[in-house]
This record gives sequence, structure tokens and C-alpha cells, in this order.
Amino acid sequence: MYKYVVKRLLFTIPVLIGVTFIVFTIMALTPGDPGRMILGQAAKQEAVAQLNHELGYDRPFFTRFFEYLKDIVTKLDFGESYRTRKPVFDEIWAKFPHTFKLAVFSIIFSSLIGVSLGILSAVKQYTFIDTFSTVMAMFFAAIPGFWLGMMLIYFFSLRFGLLPSSGIDSWQGFILPIVTLTLSGSASLLRLTRSTMLETIRADYIRTARAKGATQKIVIWRHALKNALLPVITVLGMQFGGLLGGAVITESVFAIPGLGNHIVSAIRQKDVPVVMAGSLFLAALFCLVMLAVDLLYAFIDPRIKAKYSR
Amino acid sequence: MSERLLDIRDLEVIYKTDLETVHAVNGVNLHLEKGKTLGLVGETGAGKTTTALSILCLLPERTARVKGEIFFEGKDLLKMKEYELRDIRGEKISMIFQDPMTSLNPIMTVGSQIGEALALHNEQNRTKEQIEKRVEEVLEMVGIPASRKKDYPHQFSGGMKQRVVIAIALACEPDLLIADEPTTALDVTIQAQVLAMMNELRERLQTSLIMITHDLGIVAQTCDDVAVMYAGEIIECGSAYEVFTGEKHHPYTEGLFGSIPNLEVDSARLSPIEGLMPDPTNLPEGCKFSPRCPKCMDICRSVSPSEYVEGGHRISCHLFNKEEAK
Repeated sequence: MYKYVVKRLLFTIPVLIGVTFIVFTIMALTPGDPGRMILGQAAKQEAVAQLNHELGYDRPFFTRFFEYLKDIVTKLDFGESYRTRKPVFDEIWAKFPHTFKLAVFSIIFSSLIGVSLGILSAVKQYTFIDTFSTVMAMFFAAIPGFWLGMMLIYFFSLRFGLLPSSGIDSWQGFILPIVTLTLSGSASLLRLTRSTMLETIRADYIRTARAKGATQKIVIWRHALKNALLPVITVLGMQFGGLLGGAVITESVFAIPGLGNHIVSAIRQKDVPVVMAGSLFLAALFCLVMLAVDLLYAFIDPRIKAKYSR
Repeated sequence: MSERLLDIRDLEVIYKTDLETVHAVNGVNLHLEKGKTLGLVGETGAGKTTTALSILCLLPERTARVKGEIFFEGKDLLKMKEYELRDIRGEKISMIFQDPMTSLNPIMTVGSQIGEALALHNEQNRTKEQIEKRVEEVLEMVGIPASRKKDYPHQFSGGMKQRVVIAIALACEPDLLIADEPTTALDVTIQAQVLAMMNELRERLQTSLIMITHDLGIVAQTCDDVAVMYAGEIIECGSAYEVFTGEKHHPYTEGLFGSIPNLEVDSARLSPIEGLMPDPTNLPEGCKFSPRCPKCMDICRSVSPSEYVEGGHRISCHLFNKEEAK
């Protein structure tokens, strides 16, 4: 087990190098140079060239790439933002907590709602509650997040004036964005949980459990649930990773100064170091979340645990 | 005649979905006395497993329609409430399932799966330690070292898993054990071991047994009575002696025996029963076996045969009811 964790952590290194390379390439391929972006359209060409030289932009692609890697590995230096001249991670650390809060709360709420309703509709298949929750799930899975966000703003902020429409000056500001993310997140979780649970309660070992005289409660909670949740956990992990990486749309609808918003505006202004560091940070986080998911898997399923300790 | 432990009367099971209606069991009458073994023989799809599952009321609730009566110790199981059934399942009637690979929960230790039945029917008020001890006993009884109770199903071979399934069924020492093809998934050497073990346990615990199989060898080895099932009906039943050596047989039973290769007669080919089991969504009129029957008469295609009775030996075939055939 311990060996497996170390192995997986070592595996993240090539993944991160790969991500660095891809993002770096894309940034180099997109038109426009940083000097012009920083100084603006009115600046003289000489000044732009001078700045690009200082930033190292006149050197070949691979030289720049390896320089960048070398700085990270040897000095843990991810560069400074072209826009603010501050170390990139100062900004990332300032923005990340907002995104993190948003992601954590919406994943908690969507798993609570999605998984429990999913179990309920599977156990009570074809009843009113099943039909109702499946239809609701279809509805919320189909609605685009930005529209849902705007509708929530319209009703709860403009019409009733209950909650702030944007910003995070108070904790109430988080409510609407979290609701937005929770509704669509729990919708897909509900559908997944329902289908895996339906599959599981038809399994032979569930029949064995019933033949022992187990009550419905024991059958569901002790026998079916853990088996049914395995695929759900994977999706939950991916959703969480995705949310960390930027509920960009939700963040911009509600004007939350989160990481997603930060990276998107950096891309627009070709603030290469910020984009690079941001993507790397998210990739690393995603790797960690997936590792956690896989460990959780092993915790639940002894077959996977056995595979890991090989 | 000793007391009837199980008495199935006119059992009918229909699986009804939006797409089709499957007539799985059509008017089955069976009974089993205390301490006896009944062999339920027939092809795949004859309705053997459905009959067994209806005894435990474990058929899928939404699709299965069950009619008839199943008396166990004088009470109709089909009329019982769910909580009454729970007291019977596992405690008085238990079942050994067909496929050991999928019949065990992959994420629970075998020990806890055996112990669960004991904990659910804890009439002797066993403590946790006593239950654990009983689990070890049962494991040893089926030939698995007690030290392996903390292992998970994937750590066992197929034959060992089948033993665990048997151990679960036997843990509470039921009055009636239903074994649904307990050896089909196993290879021959293990088959013999498992059968010998079941026989020994049955003798020791005085358990009645319904042995579902399509292997006539197993029937000859283990059963007191035999019922042959075809397309959801019992077409012939009687004591094993009568069914194996009697002079009169249902043509299907003859076909079954005929399809066992004979070592003494040198024949190049096997002699199977021609044709396939009829489609249970669209059963033929009259005798269900008539389309495949080598002795089929006109009457067979239109009228369902009544039972020909000779002692305990019953055959549903027009051949032996001459008055009717005329």
C-alpha cells in the first residue's frame, strides 16, 4: 500500500512535465507577444522588442522551455506575473481559497443530495419519488450553469433581494454559486448512483443476502451500498477536480475572484507565467484528488487493495 | 407416510414485462417429506430455479406473478408477510445458489457473510464470540481452514467459494435446504467432494433437501424422490427407484436417459433429444413436449395429458391413459 502511494506520487512527475510542455506549447503558438500585451498598442516597436528580450522571448522555444523547467526544479521559481510583477503563487494563494471553498461545499452538498436521492430512487424504482427525482435530475443536468446562475440572481437578488448577486464580501455571497454548482452536480450524481445501485441490487450476492433473511435495510446498507458507490466515487473525484480547476463560468457569473477567473483573464492578457503556474497547480491538485479516490477505492474494495499491495 | 415438510400445490409463475409474458412455471405439484431428498431434474429453462426461488419468495417482485400454494410446515409461504418470511429464510429454509462466483459479496469477508445469517437468526442468544466460533465450525465442516474466515471471496478458488456458499446455507442448520445446481460450476473431482460433503451433512443434520440439477448421475447418487421438469411442468415424478428402473416412462424422461452415453454399447454418436425447449412466451397447445416427442399422437397436440398414477409414480402423458386416447 505504502509502496503504491509512493509509486503513484512519482507518476505525477511525468504527468506534470507533460502538462507543462503542452500548456507551454499552446502559449507559444497563440498569436501576440507578451511585450506588446504589457506595453499596449500605443507603445513603440523598439520598446516592445526590448521588453521581449528582457523576458527572453527572442530565444528559441526549447531553450525557453528548459529554462522554465530548470527554474522550477532548482529554485522553485515559477516566475512573476507580467501584469503585476508579483510572484505568481502570491496571487494563486490569494485566489485559491475562494475556489476551494466553492468546490468543497458544492461537492459535499451535491454528493449528499445526489447520492442519497439516487439510492432512494433505485430502491423505490418506478414509484413517484423515483420518477420525480429522475425528471428533476434530467432537468438540472440539461440546464446550462450560467443560465441557472442568472435565474437565481434574478429571483433571489433582484426580485426578493434576499441574497447578494455577486462578490464574496459576506458568506451569503457563496450561497447562490454553491446552489448553482450543487444543482447540476447532484443531478449527474443522482443519475449515476441510481443506475449503479439498480445494477447492484439485482446482483446474485444481494439475493444471497435476502435468502439469509436479511432485512431490506441490511441488504441496502451493508451489501449493496458500498458495491454501488465504487463508480460514484470516481465520478465524484473527477467532479471535484473539475470544480477546483474552475467553475469558471459560475465564478464569472457571480463575479467571484477565484482561481478559474484569474487564469482565464491571464490567458486573455497573455500573462504566460500565471497561466503556466495556474495550470500546473491545478494539474497537481487533480492528480492528488485522483490518488485520494484510488486510495478510497482500496479502502472499500479488498480486491483493489490486493492489487495495490502486489 | 411421514409428515410432509413441504407441499407445493398448483404453483404457477409468470414473468410479465411490457414486452412479453413468460410462462415459467405452469401448475407444479410437489411434496417433500422430512429428511428426504427430492431431485428436480430438467433442461436449462425448465423452471427449476424459478420453482426454488418461489419457495423462498425471492422472485423479482415487479415482474413475477405467483399463483398457487406452497405449504411449509403447514403454513402457506405465499401468504406470509415479509417479516414472517425473513424468519424462515436462512433459518428454516436456505438455498445454495448456482453460481459461486457471483453469489458472494466481493467486499465482505467470508466469515462475516457466514456469521451474518447466524446473527440474523440468533435465537440461542449467542454472543459475538460464540457466533465467531460457530463460523469457524461451519468453515471446518465444509473443509475450509477456520483461519481463512478473514479472507475475501476473491482469495478463494471456485470450488472453495462454492463451499463458502454451502457454509452460509448450512450455518443455521435449516430444516430444508434447496441446492440449485450446486456442482454445475465445479469440475468433476470437486463435484464429487462437494456432493459427498453434502450427503454427509444431510445425514448428520437430518435436513430435507431439494437437489436441482440436470445431472442424472447426481440424482441417482443422492435422491430419494425425483421430479422431472419440462417447460414449467412436472412431467414425471416418483421415487428414484421408480423413475430410474420403472417400465413406464414419459418419452422425455426416456430421452434424458437415452442421451447419457452408454459405455457398454459401442455407438459413434450421442443420441440427444431432437429440437429445443419450447419458447416459454409461446407454449404449444396440448402436451408441451409434443413437438419433440417421438411417440406423439394426434391427441397430444390439442389436449393436455392428465396424470397416470401407479403407486407414487406419476406420469403426465397420453401414452398411458388409453381410455383418453381412444
